[in-house]
Amino acid sequence: MTQLALLRSTLLRRKARTVFTLLSILVAFVLYGYLSAIDLAFSLGVDVSGVDRLIVQNKVSLIQPLPIAYGPRIEQIQGVVSTTHMNWFGGIYQDTKNFFPQFAVQSESFLDMYTEYVVPPEQRTAWAANRTGALVGRKTAERYGFKVGDRIPIQGTFFRKRDGSSTWEFTIDGIYKGDRAGVDETNFIFHYEYLDEASIGGAGLVGWYVVRVDDPERSAAVAKAIDAGFENSPFESRTTTEKAFAQSFANQLGDIGAILRAVMTAVFFTILLVSGNTMAQSVRERTSELGVLKTIGFTDGRILGLVLAESMLLALVGGGAGLALSWLAIKFGGDPTSGFLAVFIFPVRDLVSGFGYVLLLGLAAGAIPSLRARRLTIAEALRRL
Amino acid sequence: MSATTLVRTRDLHKLFLRGTERIDVLQGIDLDIQQGEFVALMGPSGSGKTTLLNLLGGLDRPTEGTIEIGGERVDSLSSNSLARFRSRHIGFVFQLYNLLPALTAERNVELPLLLTSLGRAERRSHVAAALELVGLVDRARHYPRQLSGGQEQRVGIARAIINDPTLLLCDEPTGDLDRKSGDEILDLLTALNREQGKTVIMVTHDPVAADRASRTLHLDKGILRGRSAT
Repeated sequence: MTQLALLRSTLLRRKARTVFTLLSILVAFVLYGYLSAIDLAFSLGVDVSGVDRLIVQNKVSLIQPLPIAYGPRIEQIQGVVSTTHMNWFGGIYQDTKNFFPQFAVQSESFLDMYTEYVVPPEQRTAWAANRTGALVGRKTAERYGFKVGDRIPIQGTFFRKRDGSSTWEFTIDGIYKGDRAGVDETNFIFHYEYLDEASIGGAGLVGWYVVRVDDPERSAAVAKAIDAGFENSPFESRTTTEKAFAQSFANQLGDIGAILRAVMTAVFFTILLVSGNTMAQSVRERTSELGVLKTIGFTDGRILGLVLAESMLLALVGGGAGLALSWLAIKFGGDPTSGFLAVFIFPVRDLVSGFGYVLLLGLAAGAIPSLRARRLTIAEALRRL
Repeated sequence: MSATTLVRTRDLHKLFLRGTERIDVLQGIDLDIQQGEFVALMGPSGSGKTTLLNLLGGLDRPTEGTIEIGGERVDSLSSNSLARFRSRHIGFVFQLYNLLPALTAERNVELPLLLTSLGRAERRSHVAAALELVGLVDRARHYPRQLSGGQEQRVGIARAIINDPTLLLCDEPTGDLDRKSGDEILDLLTALNREQGKTVIMVTHDPVAADRASRTLHLDKGILRGRSAT
């Protein structure tokens, strides 16, 4: 028999209690995994935003446009390497519940700016040559069964065509994938020229500019220079880093991160009480046994270690299984909203933090019971038969 | 101390405070027990028998006085040294056996060996020998709940002798057994004393059990009153 076998046998002494405690811990860490994935999804790619990219939008709000003529002027500013522009389309595919983001982009520069979008070369060439062509992200393509060559009608909600119709037809020319985890694979991208030429009004206006700078450390100075160039014009600008832009966009939904952290704090606190109670009960029930172990020569320190190890083992088995289960479920089960969330992964850093929380839980739940067990005098323990 | 004296106490006191009440459980015990003796410790309830046994076994500390076991002052050892001393030199047998219910008989017996540097095979061999000695080889894989009281006590004795201690301290080892099982346990303790040379100190209320001892000590209100040799 080893010390581990001794631990296992004491944990299995009350099988039902141990199993229920393990299940509580497991469920808590499955929840942690899903909430981490949802937190990342709602940050809308804040973490994968380019550090060398700035967003120039209308100072009033993102809904207000900027003139297309701003592009060349921005490119003149020192520190700017390249620009591209985008428009939010906001169309509906068949039904309002079928949501995926659609953007009209400056096709020739967009893929150079967003190198994380990987498109096969022949598809990229085909898209560049087709004015009504579109690129669609892998997740959206899988969700709706889109294939290259498909013709997709999308109802414009605020962009109407000059012929009075609100139906915009596109041909899928390519399907892009992210070059790493966390890249949004739900977007539908088409040519700005198609929108600009076919829509009623709004000609020569874009939603926002994306600007690449040569030195991310000089981003603030470049942003200031851009905004200074358009001061006192009918279209004043506000320039931020792409990360700040993504964050402010995510914050429009509320501080999801804070809400999720509050939920997790409540869950972990409850689990700490459950585990701590289990350990306290276990030690209380085994007082005389701990006395016997001390009688036969187990030192106070060894008894403390034994009880603490028992708590750690409980947390590791339950928490480890919970983290593994949530990782597997998220990786292979995918997004439970069937693609509504642009990114749905269990981030590695949160997985590592999860193991840290498991260890903390084991230590915290076992701290008081193990100290009590350590302080227990043999004569007192043996009297409690 | 003579060469064969294993246990010696001098002016041993133990005082308990219950609120403001002072209880002198042991009042100046002077005791010498020779190596290889089988000593019965008798006395009415509350006379201090178990307290004396606990002090001799290093489970508790005296308020005053000295205790020497095999020439070593156990009353001044640190907590960790005392734990190591117990694991090497003393075997304990309890009235209610005090086996760990989640462990089989052989694993209960093996427990003290976890504190040694013995390998798994050696530990198993020691356990088999101890269970053989108490006649329970065929019950090795049984849990305490699957054993009779007498068998549980045999397991308790096997656990007490697994480290080959010099001194066996038994606190009413037959107190929870019927006469037949009690006699079997007493036979076993007698054999350990006579054939293996273990020094045995046994607390008991039972005069029949005390008859097995070579000497009987009587404690009354914390004082050793009379001594009789069997």
